[in-house]
Formats: sequence, structure tokens, C-alpha cells
Amino acid sequence: MRNAFAKELTLLAEKHPELVLLTGDMGNRLFNEYKQKFPDRFYNCGVAEANMQSVAAGMAMCGLRPVTYSIASFNTLRCFEQIKIDVCYHNLPVIIVGVGSGLSYAELGPTHQSCEDIAMLRTLPGMTVIAPGDAVEVKFALKAAVEWGKPVYLRLGKKNEPVVHDTDPDFTIGKAITIKKGKDICLLSTGNVLPLALDTANLLENKGKSVTVVSMHTIKPLDEHALENAFLNYSCVATIEEHSLRGGLGSAVAEWLIDQNRTYPAKLTRFGCKDVFLHASGGQNNIRTLFNIDPESIAQSL
Amino acid sequence: MMTNMEYSVSQLEQTARQIRAKLVEMSHYGKASHLGSALSSVDILVSLYWKKLGLDQNTIKASDRNRFILSKGHAASALYAALAFKNIIPKDLLETYCQQGSKLEEHPGPGNLPGVEAATGSLGHGLSIGLGMSLAGKIKKQAYHVFVLLSDGECNEGSVWEAAMFAPAKGLNRVCVIIDFNKWQATDRSCEVMALQPLKEKWRAFGWNAMEIDGHDMDELSRALSSIPDNPEKPTAIIANTIKGKGISFMEDDNNWHYRIPNEQEMFRAKEELGIL
Repeated sequence: MRNAFAKELTLLAEKHPELVLLTGDMGNRLFNEYKQKFPDRFYNCGVAEANMQSVAAGMAMCGLRPVTYSIASFNTLRCFEQIKIDVCYHNLPVIIVGVGSGLSYAELGPTHQSCEDIAMLRTLPGMTVIAPGDAVEVKFALKAAVEWGKPVYLRLGKKNEPVVHDTDPDFTIGKAITIKKGKDICLLSTGNVLPLALDTANLLENKGKSVTVVSMHTIKPLDEHALENAFLNYSCVATIEEHSLRGGLGSAVAEWLIDQNRTYPAKLTRFGCKDVFLHASGGQNNIRTLFNIDPESIAQSL
Repeated sequence: MMTNMEYSVSQLEQTARQIRAKLVEMSHYGKASHLGSALSSVDILVSLYWKKLGLDQNTIKASDRNRFILSKGHAASALYAALAFKNIIPKDLLETYCQQGSKLEEHPGPGNLPGVEAATGSLGHGLSIGLGMSLAGKIKKQAYHVFVLLSDGECNEGSVWEAAMFAPAKGLNRVCVIIDFNKWQATDRSCEVMALQPLKEKWRAFGWNAMEIDGHDMDELSRALSSIPDNPEKPTAIIANTIKGKGISFMEDDNNWHYRIPNEQEMFRAKEELGIL
């Protein structure tokens, strides 16, 4: 995802002279082409995320479109108040990019895992939260975010994730994308678990279930129309995310559901990270399995 | 950006007295605290707005205007009063300070009030925002200067020192930070809560051109501000030694006035002392 991000950002910077990239000492060599083409629109702000976010706000107040880039946890939780006050309270077009979100950097431990960012960021008035499902969605999400003109949190995975889309999807902020269509179960996926959701669908189909897979790339604002359809037309709706079960997509959908104050045919099941810190080494797939966010566990419980 | 900046020291001092009297009224009628913090910054604001910034009704929205950020947002009343006495906002707006629905909130809000460049109130944000504005000026090849007023207690915040390291590294030299060094923070002496001193040497060590002045001496303030060249070699830090509650004998250096609100009798006594009735 991060390579797709860097490539698209370089293309967009050509068309948008107001785009400026700020990094928190991240993206070694990733932005070489960008830096070479736009040396006066790249600033390494150092390991000082709070300052970086406020600097971005100050630039946006003067008509520029800054993009801040760092590891998801550092670029959100570390400087949450700067995002709240300087970016969101002023309603500024700053794009905050978190790379290595969820369990992408699982092996680096809880310091580098980011399973709270969706929960935190979606509490901020005016903030839009986008977690693209693959490299293709990253490209369109960034393009849409630049045109959005309001605060955006763009939640990225790492590199070399499987690409799901073989054609260009119709990407609109706040509009879910149906990846495949079935009749019994609807899997709502956000972010980098989209390939996993498709693998889960295959397992379920081998068991004779007909499965829809949706990329809920925008967590805020939620696609309420898509949710309404899902809960009306399936017997089961399941959310899948690499994020804490407290506050992520599953919570957002549950909040929506309770606010509808009516009974739907579908029941909601949520898959995500448990409310624990892991105190042992392990890679992304290993931890996914520990948290039952793997195709076998999900397929078995649906 | 030409404006009449030929004010005499006595004219500036009279303006400062009028503003101080207004601040006491605003605190009383608005039932708003932080009067001591507002009073310590008045002379700094007067010297900035009347001698340096070149801001008036016509220039306040210009894209190449000099910018001022009140990072110590709890002194909002002093900013509002300076803007009103400079005719940038209507003077009668001050009567609405902290009243239901007023644009003059206890801490400056974003947008819709000319002269309020940024919403502040949580400490340690303003300097970084100012650096962003300065960086934007550099990218857009505009030569405006950015001035940011910090409190001494605010220098507790780590983000201030992130910003202090950032400016010289990125060549952001058209930036001036002024510390309203009134020796108090909310509940204690600022030099005892944190190892604040030596403050001037700290800024100097971070790569700034630092100077220390009497923050109530109009002449010293004006000279410090006019010593900043159009294209400085370094960003500037002015440590302005001030007195919390300055100008009103029974409030000076008494930290109760960080939160206390003057009653009617105290308001009249204060105005009498200032010679503004």
C-alpha cells in the first residue's frame, strides 16, 4: 500500500502545487522520486509528530494542502490533541497518513501496532476516516482525499499486500464497494483485511454458503445505505478489521444498528483485535490467528 | 505594508492603561478568569500591534500580512481588546465577551473573527502553527513575519521545544517568539515547577537569536521588535520579563488572580488606579 501511496502522491503533486509532504522521519527512499521532483515541497519534520501536525495546520491556514506521514500509532495517538485542535477544530484540509496500521508491524510489538487509531480519530468532529482495502483503493482514496478539502485520516497497511481489484473501482468517500455478491452472509471489511475477507468467503462458499464481500473503506462517514441493505438482505452481517473490537468498524456499525431502533433480519458479528497487549513475538498472521481474525476461525464461527 | 507606527511612548502607555481597564471590566462582567495572565501581556501586545505588525482593518486579511498568534490563549481578552482598540474588530463587541453566543469566547476560537489567526487555549500549539505559516510563506515566496506569544508556564510543554528545534533547521527565520515571563504558572512559580532557567540561553542553544528585556517598558519593547531585520539570519526569541497582574497594585505578582474574578468594588478600585474612569 505504501508504494502505491508514494507513487500516487508524486503524480498528484504534479497537478496540485499546493500539496506538501511532511514526514516524521519515515519513508526511507520511498519518496525519492517525490523529493527529486518537488524538493521545496518535502520536509522531514523529525521524530516530533506533535509539532508536525501543528505545522501542517499552519500551512493549511495559508492555503497549502499538507500531507503528514508516519507510522499509524505515532501519527495519531502521539499527537491526538494537535489533530483535534489544530486540524479538526479549524476544519483544515490536512491529510494525516498512518502507515503500518493494525497489525502490519506485528513483529515490532505493541509499540508499533496500531489498533486504537480508528476509535480515536472517529471521535473527532469533522474528521473523515478512510482505510483502503488494497493498493488500488489507496490510489483512489488519496486522490479523493486531496479533493475532499477537509481533515482526512488515511489508514494504510504496509507493502506488498495482495491486490484485490483487477479493474478500477468506483471509489467515492463514504460509499462502500461491493467486491463480490452473494445471498446469505455479508462480510464488511475495512482496511488491509480485505484479501482475508475474500479468503474467508471462499471457505464459506466451499461449505455451501453464498457470501457478499464489501470493502467499507470509509469508516467515517459510514455508508448507511450499504448498512441498511446489508442488514435487510442477509441473515448474517460480519465486520472484519485489524483494529480493537472497542471502537473500530464493528463498533461503528453496532452504534448505527442500535440507533435505527428497529429489528433487522441479520444479526451482527464482529471480528477484530482482543482487548489485550501481546507479550510475545509474532508476525501479522500469527497474531491474526491468536485474535481469531483468520479465514478458518471466521468461517467456522459464521 | 505602511501604517502610521509613529506613536510616542506616552501614547502607547496610555493605550495600555485603557486596555488594562477594559480587561478588568471584561473579567468582571464576563465572569472570566485569567485576568492576571492577560494583564502581564498588555504592553507586549500594544508594542506589537501599534509598532510592529502593521495590521489594520485594511490589511488584516491580506495574504502577505504579518501574523500574530496568541499561543497563551487564556489571555484572549487582551487580544480581543488590542484588536478592538486597533479598530480591527468593533469596540462594542468587547461588551459581549464570554456572554452566551458571543464570538469572543474565553479562549480564541477558529475563524470568523478578524485578527484571530488560530484557536488556542491548549498550551504548546501556537508556535508550531506559526512555523507552519512561516513555512507556507517560504514556499509561496512571501516575506511576512510571524509573531507568537507564549507564556512561561507554556514552556513546560514538550511541543514548544520540538518547535524550537524545527525553526532553525528549516531556515524559518521570519519568526519571533515572545515569552511573557511573568514567573507564575497556574498554581506555582514557573521556575520551580520546571527547570525553566536559564531561558534565554536555552533558546540561544536551540539556534535562536535570543534577547531579554523588560516586558513592561514600551521603549525597550519597541527597540527589541524593531531590531528584527526584514530578512533575519536566525529566528528571534524575546524573553519579556513581566509581572502577573501588572498595572493594578493589589493584583501584581499575586497568583490568586490567575483564577479570581474582580468584584464590582475591586473593578472600580483598579480603574481608579489606572486613571481610567
